[in-house]
Amino acid sequence: MIQNLVDGVLVGSILSLGAIGLTMAMHMLRFANFSHAELLSIGAYAALVFDGLFGAIHPALAEAIPPLSLTWSLTLALLLSMALTGLSAVAVDKLVFKRVRAKGGELSMVFASFGVAMIIRNILGLIFGLNPKLYSQDIVFAIVVSRDPFLLIKPDQVFTLVAALLIMFILHLVLSRTTFGYSLRAVAENPTLAQVSGINLSRMIVLIWLIGGGLAAAAGVFYGLTNQISPVLGRDLVLPIFAATIVGGIGSIYGAVLGGFIVGLASNLALVILPSGYSPAVPFLIILAVLILRPHGLFGEERT
Amino acid sequence: MIGVISYLVFFATVASILSIAVLGLNLQWGNTGLFNGGVVAFFGAGAYGTLILGGTPQAGQLGGFGLPYLLALLGGMICAGIVAWIVGLLTIRLRHDYLAIATFGVAVAFETVMRNTDALGGAQGIRGFERPLRETLGNGFTYNLAFFVFVLILLIATYLFLERLIQSPFGRLLRAIREDETAAQSLGKSPSRIRLTSFVAGSVIMGLAGGLYATFYAFISPQDVLPILTFQIWAMLIVGGAGNNKGAVMGTFLIWAAWTASGWALSRFAPLEVQLYTGSIQFVLIGFVIVGMLLWRPQGLFPEKLVVSQSARSKK
Repeated sequence: MIQNLVDGVLVGSILSLGAIGLTMAMHMLRFANFSHAELLSIGAYAALVFDGLFGAIHPALAEAIPPLSLTWSLTLALLLSMALTGLSAVAVDKLVFKRVRAKGGELSMVFASFGVAMIIRNILGLIFGLNPKLYSQDIVFAIVVSRDPFLLIKPDQVFTLVAALLIMFILHLVLSRTTFGYSLRAVAENPTLAQVSGINLSRMIVLIWLIGGGLAAAAGVFYGLTNQISPVLGRDLVLPIFAATIVGGIGSIYGAVLGGFIVGLASNLALVILPSGYSPAVPFLIILAVLILRPHGLFGEERT
Repeated sequence: MIGVISYLVFFATVASILSIAVLGLNLQWGNTGLFNGGVVAFFGAGAYGTLILGGTPQAGQLGGFGLPYLLALLGGMICAGIVAWIVGLLTIRLRHDYLAIATFGVAVAFETVMRNTDALGGAQGIRGFERPLRETLGNGFTYNLAFFVFVLILLIATYLFLERLIQSPFGRLLRAIREDETAAQSLGKSPSRIRLTSFVAGSVIMGLAGGLYATFYAFISPQDVLPILTFQIWAMLIVGGAGNNKGAVMGTFLIWAAWTASGWALSRFAPLEVQLYTGSIQFVLIGFVIVGMLLWRPQGLFPEKLVVSQSARSKK
């Protein structure tokens, strides 16, 4: 039970990072982006490549930082991967979404995002193979925190949680303290009025993809660090991340953070009563529950 | 020669079954503007429903009620309708993303439940289904031909039903809601009720396709209700032309032919180490088809014929 709670918080922090970018893009561009979870995969694989590259350039970088399995090279790779994934999100928008948007039809965007997800997922599979990969072949033993109740935690998991919270805190500062943060909220509130006030809408869209992609890359690397990297990573996480945005209310960044933790906790606690095979269905049950109890989520506003 | 013909019959049967599902999607998306991200859930509900109601009893499995075939098929369609009604009731009033996400979710949940519940067949799926009229027609070519004719009749019936439907006042109402919901509401119509009706009706048609699919193979497993089927069905509709029933059927035959041909070509000519990735290559191709069509020809190969108004047409 305690183990499920702790695991739930750890998974929750990863889902939160993914959900923030998704909820921003969904609010601004008004479409359910089914390809967002593929950004996590891109981030995870990009970091894998950079990690190998740095390790080859300077062997000292490939040393693990005890007690983690994380290496210095992976830390650097994480930062580079966040930048690269942000740029690829912008590129996908330029190549596909922007053009479909120009033709009108919000629902065509949803179709397009399914197609994009399909292409990214399978190209990653073709390049890196279908078998799961790991950042480190070393076995890192979990630390027994207590025997009764039994609780195991891996050092990497603690690092992941702290890093995710730190990233979210930095985002909070940016949103609440900078002109950019104000502009972002203004655009989300009323795009036309924001443009009248001199905010460049297309530049804001680029920034949102950059931030969303960067956060997704971090989530992907953290997922790879605590689980494994595989081409179906996006497919497995797309529904939980959507559930997190719906729980929080589409468009609410703080809601997405909270939603991520709620979905992570609920999915892990559900394992107490359900066999583990059923866990992919849990996010759907959460979505149903939210739609029945509070259709616009915890912090969402009514908008059609 | 007989081999070629029997393969053509096989191909046409599967394509006709898929056409029925695409027609159901066309009612939802093409005519009403409802996004269904989980076609497989309704297709699967029809398939599982039909086999459970019409099958012979199996140890440790639900069902084996052995109902007459047509009743079982009808029951499968009702199963699909019930699933659609529940999902629709919760989401149809909300902004459109919710329906997209919830239908996608119901498909994931459906596959998960079927895969893990032994009473519903589990990962092995459901067998124990007696193909209707097998004793009279035997198991060979005659049977397949007769079944193809049966499917074809149902396809034509569905097509005619939908053509009549979209020309009726109800069909005009659907298009009115798709184009401008507020305007329709101001005329005293109830958009959410009409949309729910259309969503359930489309899903029941998908359930029929699922029931026929399960009858044809006399077997259904979670492997048959993977998300890729949803993609294929969409690609068929987008290529054919959303809003046009004829286009939907043409698109189905075209995409299904391209899909099977590419699968055959890859398995025949590609080097052995590439063959492991046949699925991935096909998925990338279908992804490009969807995105490419949306970018360059969003109206499809056979666009919807828009009628301005009845009076404008009669003046010509």
